[in-house]
Order: sequence, then C-alpha cells, then structure tokens
Amino acid sequence: MNFKTFAAFVGPSVIMMILFIAFPLASVLKQSFYNTKPIYETVEVESCSPGFPDQICVTEKKSVPKLDDEGNIIETTEFVGLQSYSNVLELERAWNAVKTDGLIALQSIDFWKALRFTLTFTLITLPLVLAGGLGIALMINNATSAIKGPVIFLSLLPFIITPVIGALSINWLFRGDGILTAFIEWYLGRDVSLFAQAWTIELLMMLYRVWHVAPFAGIVFYAGLQTVNTDALESAVIDGASRWQRLKYVVIPHLTPLIVFVSMIHLMDSYRVFEEVVGFSSQGYVISLQWLTYDFLVPDQAGNRSVSRASASAMITMIGIAILLVPLLRRTWNDHKGGH
Amino acid sequence: MLKKLALAGALSVMTSGAWAACAYENTTPLKSLSAGFEAWKAVTDAMAECGNFQASLDQEFREKQPEAFAAKPALYQIGGVANSTMIPLLNAGTIRPLDDLVAKYGQHLAPNQLIKVDGKTYAIAMMVNLQHLMYREDILNDLGIEVPTTYAEMIEAAKKIKEAGVVDYPIGGTFKTGWNLGEEFINNYLGEGGEFFTDGNMPNINNEKGVAALEVMKALTEYMDPEYLVSDSTYVQQQFQQGKIAMANLWASRAAAMDDEAESQVVGKVVMAAAPMGSERPASSLWWDGVVFAANMTDEEAEAAFQVAMEGMDTEMVQANNDAAVWLIDGFTAGPLAKGAYETAQAGTAPYPGSGPMGIMHTVLGNGISDYLTGAKDAETTLSDIEAAYITAAKESGLVE
Repeated sequence: MNFKTFAAFVGPSVIMMILFIAFPLASVLKQSFYNTKPIYETVEVESCSPGFPDQICVTEKKSVPKLDDEGNIIETTEFVGLQSYSNVLELERAWNAVKTDGLIALQSIDFWKALRFTLTFTLITLPLVLAGGLGIALMINNATSAIKGPVIFLSLLPFIITPVIGALSINWLFRGDGILTAFIEWYLGRDVSLFAQAWTIELLMMLYRVWHVAPFAGIVFYAGLQTVNTDALESAVIDGASRWQRLKYVVIPHLTPLIVFVSMIHLMDSYRVFEEVVGFSSQGYVISLQWLTYDFLVPDQAGNRSVSRASASAMITMIGIAILLVPLLRRTWNDHKGGH
Repeated sequence: MLKKLALAGALSVMTSGAWAACAYENTTPLKSLSAGFEAWKAVTDAMAECGNFQASLDQEFREKQPEAFAAKPALYQIGGVANSTMIPLLNAGTIRPLDDLVAKYGQHLAPNQLIKVDGKTYAIAMMVNLQHLMYREDILNDLGIEVPTTYAEMIEAAKKIKEAGVVDYPIGGTFKTGWNLGEEFINNYLGEGGEFFTDGNMPNINNEKGVAALEVMKALTEYMDPEYLVSDSTYVQQQFQQGKIAMANLWASRAAAMDDEAESQVVGKVVMAAAPMGSERPASSLWWDGVVFAANMTDEEAEAAFQVAMEGMDTEMVQANNDAAVWLIDGFTAGPLAKGAYETAQAGTAPYPGSGPMGIMHTVLGNGISDYLTGAKDAETTLSDIEAAYITAAKESGLVE
C-alpha cells in the first residue's frame, strides 16, 4: 500500500481522534494548571425580599463581580501550577491524618475516601465479572440450538439497560420498604435498612455492576468459545480429562487474550464508577473519583463552579486508570513480542 | 389516537377561546425558563393564555439560565428564579431593573412582591416557600401531646410516639446528602441566630451555634428512618401520605399533597404549624419564587413580556390554584394548609441569605455534614473541615483572597 492510500484510509480517524480526544485532553490539562475567576469588589447593598407583615430589607456588604463596558463580567486567568492538584489531593492534611490516626483517618478526606471506594469497587468486581461472564458463555454454549437465540437475548438484557436507569431501579427495589427489602425483612423476620450504612450500599453497587456488565463479558467469551480447537478438546476427553480439567487446561488458555481484553475494558469502565453513586444517592456514605470530578464541575445555586479542581481531578483519574492498566498492557506487549 | 386528540385539544386551546382569559393580546414571541413545580405550571399556563408564549419547565433550569440569559439576544425573555438562583443573573447583569414597567403596568402589585436590590426592583415575587412543622393531629391528640414549638419538645413528643409504637418512625426529615441536608443545617443555624460569614467572605460556622445546630440534627435522626441520608422532600411527603411518620419539618409547597385523596391515606389528619423555634428565630428560612426579565432584549419585548407575566400572576390564576402555593398575589385566601407557613413567617423567620459565598457554603455543608451524622467525625472537626472546604472553593472562585 503506498503512502497516499494509507493516509486516505487512516486520515479521517486520526483527525477525529485529534479533534475529539487529543484536543479536549490537552484543554483539560491546560485548565488544570490555570484558574479563571471574576474580579470582585465589595459594595454595600440594600436588598429587600418578602416578609410578613412587611418586607424585610437588609443592608450588607456584598461581593459583586466587576463588569466591563459591554456588561460582561471581567475575569482574570492566572497560572497556578500544581495548586489545583494539591487542593484535590490534600497531601499535607492526608499525611497529618495518617501520622496521628493511621490509614483509617484518610476516610475523612474526600479524595482518599473516593480513591478507597473506587479501587475496592474496581478490584472486587473484576474477578466477579470475569467468572460471571465465563459462566454465561458456557451456559449459552451448552444450550441446544433451538433455545440459543432466546438465551442470548435474555442474558444480554441487563447490558442493554441504561446504567443510571438500572441503578435507580435497584435503588427503588431496595430502598425503604421496597419490594425486595420487604421480602428480606419477611424472610429474616426483622427490620432491614440497606441504605443506612456504607457496606450494604457498597455491596448493592457491586452486585449491580456485576449484573450489568457480566453479559458483555459473556458474549465476548462466547465468541471465543466458538474458535476452541475441537481436536484438542476431543483428545482431552480421550485422555480422561474431566469437564473442569478441560476448562482449566484447554478452554481458559485459549480465551486468555479475550480475558485480558475484557479486564482492560472493565478496569477502565469501573474506575470511572459514577452512575451507581448517583442512582443510589450514596454520597453521604461512599463517593467515587468520577463523582468527585462531577461535584467540582456542577455549579451551585449561585453559579460558582470549580473548573480547575475538576480538571485536576479528571487528570488524576486518568493517571489512575493508566497505572491500573500497566500490568495488562505489559502482558499484551510481551505476548505480541513473543509471537513474532 | 389519544395523541391526536390531545394535539387537537391543545391546538383548539391555542386558537379559539385562548385569549378569553387574558386581557392582553400578545403578538411578540416570548419564552420563559423556570423550575417545573406545580405553582410554575399554574403561572405559565395562565401566561400562555395570552398567546405567542412558550414555557420551559425544567428542574435543571439553574444550570441553563446564566448562559441563556447572557446570550445576545437572550434565549428566554422571562425567567423563574428564587433567592439564590437570582444571584448569578444579577451578578452578570443579565436581568433588567423593572421600576419603569412596574410603574406602567404593575400598579396593582403588593410592595411585598417587589424584590429590590440597591433600591431597584429586579424581580416580581409570586409566592413564598419555607419548611414548617406538619404533624398528625390524631396521633398527638390520642397520646395527649401538645403541639411542639421547639426541637426539644419535638424530641420529647417523638419519644412518646415511639413508646406508643403507632407509626414506623416518629419523625421524618429531608436529610438527603447534598442540597437538602445543607438546607437543614442552614435552617437550624439561622434559628440559633448564626451569621455565616465574617468580613471578606470568611466562613463563620465553627462556633457553639454551629455545634448546637448539628446536635439538634443528630438528636432528630434517632427518631427517623435510618435511611435518612437518602430521603428528600418527595420521600418524606410519601412517608407522611402512607402513615409511616407523625411529624416533619417539610416544605409548605408539599402541604396540599397531604390532603390529596388519590395519593394520601391520611387525608385531613395532617395539620400545619409553625417551624420549631431555635434560640433566636424559627429554625427555617424564607424562600421566594418570582419572575425576572432578560436585559438582552428590546424594550418592546420587555413591555410585552412584563404584561404577559402580570396576566399569568393575576388574581384569577390564584383563585383557580389557591392551594398550590402560599401566594403573595392579591386574591389568595390562606386556608388551613397555609397556616404553618404564615405562622412561621410571622415569628420572624430570616430570608434565605442567597449570595455568591452562600452558594459555595450550601454545597460544602450539604457534602460535609453526613460525616457527623454517621459518626465518622465529631462536631468541631466536621465544621472545621467544612470551613476548610469552603475556603478552598471560595479562593478558586475569587471570593476569598
């Protein structure tokens, strides 16, 4: 293929990637080093609002942003270096907390609290998703061809549901005297409040994520199962290998590249856990890194938002994902090199 | 078929008898952006009767409004705001002073409706809203409990109700982490007579008044559904309707739902009373909702928009929707449902102190207080952590040096 043809094929996607991935990333990186804010002046203002029986008027000093001649708010942008990163990480405070009260004290600082949950969530759901996915794949594979279609459809259903909607449904099923909580209460014969402490909420979140993502892993593994060498399987049967041994020594090694692929996708996705926090309104107990970024970014009622900290937090999240992916990428790289 | 019918109905309303209810025939295309609760629906429906008017009722209005009003020309001519959501528009200078229009078309407005900043009218209020005590009269009567007037009495009453075991949980509370929880602290802190800021927008909540406010909140949670950190106003309203709770400080705008026969199992049993008193004031804050008008539109458009808004906020509309809100508009008859709101307001409730710094304070309070309620931190640590979070955010916004 000459260079011109190559460029014509690759060009569009390179342009797309620059436009929609590289450029926004560079922009977020830049914003994390700068801080833009209005210039305020303090003025004494009398403001009146409804009262009973008479209007309530108060005179107080208020910070009002300065406007330019065209009526726009004057803003200044200054380079703040790593200030926003340090505001997110709160390293000094974290260190002092650890020195006096040990690791558990990190739970009082937003970033570390979010990191703790995000990591537990990611690392606990990973093996469950892989095992669940493999289970689903084997189930589909062993189903007779007459019902294969419906089985595939049914097992894919959870994956089709919009994540936030799914999380909200689970929330309503378990919240207060929701149907499933009522059932558990009837079964155990005592009052159960699943949304009254952190660990039950975390458990529900993880169960939900596994339920939601396992079908995806299942369908990928099912595709892989179609290419398992049948000769190898048959010889294993002749050699007297049990079902479990065949799975362990023939099927799983064959699926390894797919397992690595699913693991990578899952690590990237679940490190950005967000829908669960919103859907379960768990902020009072557990927060995630992605939720933290969102919380910085969303404006309060007076219109303030922390764009710099949100950018820094987004960059830190990205670095976190990169670190988590290193072992898997190294493995793929080694396989790649070994194969040639 | 149903869709077609509805469409036909809507069209006929728009074309035929539509202007009958409106004294002003509007020919300028106008749009409004406001919150989506019942009162706004009533008001914008009445505005639509004047023709050429399109209303966006959107619970996320506050995120759209600043940008939409800053556009030239503004994307909406009329906006619906409250104490705090007016601040970004006012700061950016994207809403216009209304004194000329009030003089020309708004002579009938009560002085209470004119929201003034520095002597100029910037908004026309239509209703007030605040949190006040609602209680199950039958339960309190059966157990011989007086109507509580302070939180201490409320907790005393809760103890008796719990012993009697007549409801699942004696107290309900809008303690959902975030805005709701922040608002609960603000109510209590205002009730204790607290000031949120000192000079230079520095935070001022880590003091005995702040601790007192937190302690009251924690004491209340012992009588609440243990899932209080996920319970918002709708949830508390439903707990009332289903007869699961006996008392709550709930928004006046939710009062009508208690007597809604389609939803409520306790019709006629829930009575409205004043919010419990703090050491200085009622533990509540007074909110208003009203309309503002974009600065970035022509004066002709502004005249039309103002007249349409006045038609939407007229006596006729109030009479048709009397129980939807505690209206400030002439023609409102305060029934038993509005009693709690009136008594709370008359007892000297402070207005919600909406401002730029307060926006940040509300957010950090809403995020930070749950650590105290769950027992992860003590009161002083909680408050000092909240102050630290406030300072970080306020520095980033330029409000604190």
